[in-house]
Amino acid sequence: MTAATYDLGKLHGGLRLPAHKSASTAAPIRNVPIPAQLILPITQHVGEPAQPVVGIGEHVLRGQLIADHDGALGAPVHASSSGTVIAIEPWPVTHRHGDPSPCIVIECDGDDRPVAPGNTPGNLAGSTPEALLSQILRGGIVGLGGAVFPTAQKLMQARTGNLECLILNGVECEPYISCDDMLMREHAAEIVGGAQVLMQALQIATCFVVVESDKPDALEHLGAALADLADERIILKQVPTIYPSGGEDQLVQLVTNREVPSGGLPTDVGCLVQNVGTAAAVFNWIINGEPLISRVTTVAGDGIVNPMNVRARIGTTVADIVDFTGGYAACAEHLIIGGPLTGKSMSTDRVPLVKGTNSILAVKKSSFAGRELPCIRCGDCAAVCPVQLLPQQLFWHARANNETKLRDFGLTDCIECGCCDLVCPSHIPLTANFRIAKGRIQELADEKARAARARRRFEARNARLERDKLKRDNELTQQKEAAKRAGPAAIAAILKRKQQEKEGD
Amino acid sequence: MITAVTTIALIALLAGLALSFASRQLPSSKRDLVESVNDLLPQTQCAQCGYPGCRPYAAAIVEASADINLCPPGGQATVERLARLLGKDVLPLAKAAQPTVAVIDENACIGCGHCRNACPVDAIVGAHQLMHAVIESECTGCELCVAPCPVDCISMRPLA
Repeated sequence: MTAATYDLGKLHGGLRLPAHKSASTAAPIRNVPIPAQLILPITQHVGEPAQPVVGIGEHVLRGQLIADHDGALGAPVHASSSGTVIAIEPWPVTHRHGDPSPCIVIECDGDDRPVAPGNTPGNLAGSTPEALLSQILRGGIVGLGGAVFPTAQKLMQARTGNLECLILNGVECEPYISCDDMLMREHAAEIVGGAQVLMQALQIATCFVVVESDKPDALEHLGAALADLADERIILKQVPTIYPSGGEDQLVQLVTNREVPSGGLPTDVGCLVQNVGTAAAVFNWIINGEPLISRVTTVAGDGIVNPMNVRARIGTTVADIVDFTGGYAACAEHLIIGGPLTGKSMSTDRVPLVKGTNSILAVKKSSFAGRELPCIRCGDCAAVCPVQLLPQQLFWHARANNETKLRDFGLTDCIECGCCDLVCPSHIPLTANFRIAKGRIQELADEKARAARARRRFEARNARLERDKLKRDNELTQQKEAAKRAGPAAIAAILKRKQQEKEGD
Repeated sequence: MITAVTTIALIALLAGLALSFASRQLPSSKRDLVESVNDLLPQTQCAQCGYPGCRPYAAAIVEASADINLCPPGGQATVERLARLLGKDVLPLAKAAQPTVAVIDENACIGCGHCRNACPVDAIVGAHQLMHAVIESECTGCELCVAPCPVDCISMRPLA
């Protein structure tokens, strides 16, 4: 077994939070039965929506491609079970807080018949990195830690730089969420197998699998899987239990002691971070030929009767999943998809589970409430900020709508971890303010880009009109000169002919 | 004493020469200012300000003949940015406008092409005598295509 080293890298701020994970990790992962209806959003990733390639009434099989990515940043979507496409229509979705967005609705036939095995390599021997990357792209795999960035495109971007190591993120530092922990305990072999595929695709020889110190079981299972594999390139690492050590940039700093530059990516310091669940999904697609059609998700919170981890097909509604676990407790008031700090509140539980859904939380409202008071400038928020920003100053400028100052104070580097909210004695929802301000800055940038485009088109049109006018003028002058050369008799003859033509009409 | 006076005089002379060179050779600030003002305008080229486009309006603002609150698509935010750039007082927007895009009623269109000729950003396409269409992503909502249409088949739809 590879020796687990305890690395105390430097991380500014952060918090030690109550984990609330023991309830959901007590029992093994259970499979949610295939529902009567699957709702598959065409937007389950960062980038452009996938384009549906099936029609209403068409029969589809499990793992069949139903919406393809169209060249731009994006990922395809596959049918999670066999059945008939009954509609392509707007449906409440998680990424819009329960507002509708286009989805493909499949009525399941219950047979769960798989599509004929495609041309997946099945093993790594002889696969070129390019072939692996294009294959990963076809598997519909996205970052399963919650950011849902298309994995293949992240790998392709990373290959253009000077990459040294792959970091598999099994830190899972946010309270309640334990799906990665359970996956590491029960499917460690798939994770380290996925690491081998990813290293082959990236052509690198170092991989760190990083786990938080409060997950000894996961560490043990990963260690055993690595011992079976006997791959010296994969190194197991442990990091202290501090929120948000699982943030991409924070993890890079903890593991390599290198700081990701402001506005940069981990690839700028030679690292690429992937979630452990993503690695397992890559293994399942490349080696077992199964695209991303299911995932493990945590169902937890005070408002859940039996907290647990379940594996459900993508497209199963949250209501169905919660029903399967035993339903809501009486005190459930607030539904959150994602963690308690970075998740999104939902207006309905009819939303389907998507690729990025790592947890379903039902909580009492009072767990988070607190009356907002004026800022007393205590500075606690700055002390805990893992990116070393000054939240109180940012809050000040966000309230004043001052985009320039917000940019100067580094708002775009805010990772929205929510540490400042938790320590604020005045209960100011700082992160919510920052999200809104970020949106506004983005809107402004979009507006500027739009104006620049309109201006380019306007100038191009003016140039074209000018060119056309010049060409016409030239032709006219040439005709006039030709007429002059021909002499008055010829002109008179032409005029006479024209006159006759007119009378003839 | 003499050395000190000569030194100071020499420095003054050199500084003067440098300044006069700069003012003649470097691009004039007025032109730059027109460009800066133009950068803040939304480039819809809609002429709702009374000038034939964004740049002419920018020039008019710099020449001080035009108020800074005449741009409806830019909204109050543009007025505020212009006020900050030019050191002027913020004025209330003269006329507010909602962001819109032009929509051609495909059944009514006779394919005359008048709207295509009127569009300042080439956002309307179509062959002569055939249906025309608006490229929504390029339309700035300037409304300049509405008036020339002989069959009144173009309407402005508010952007969601």
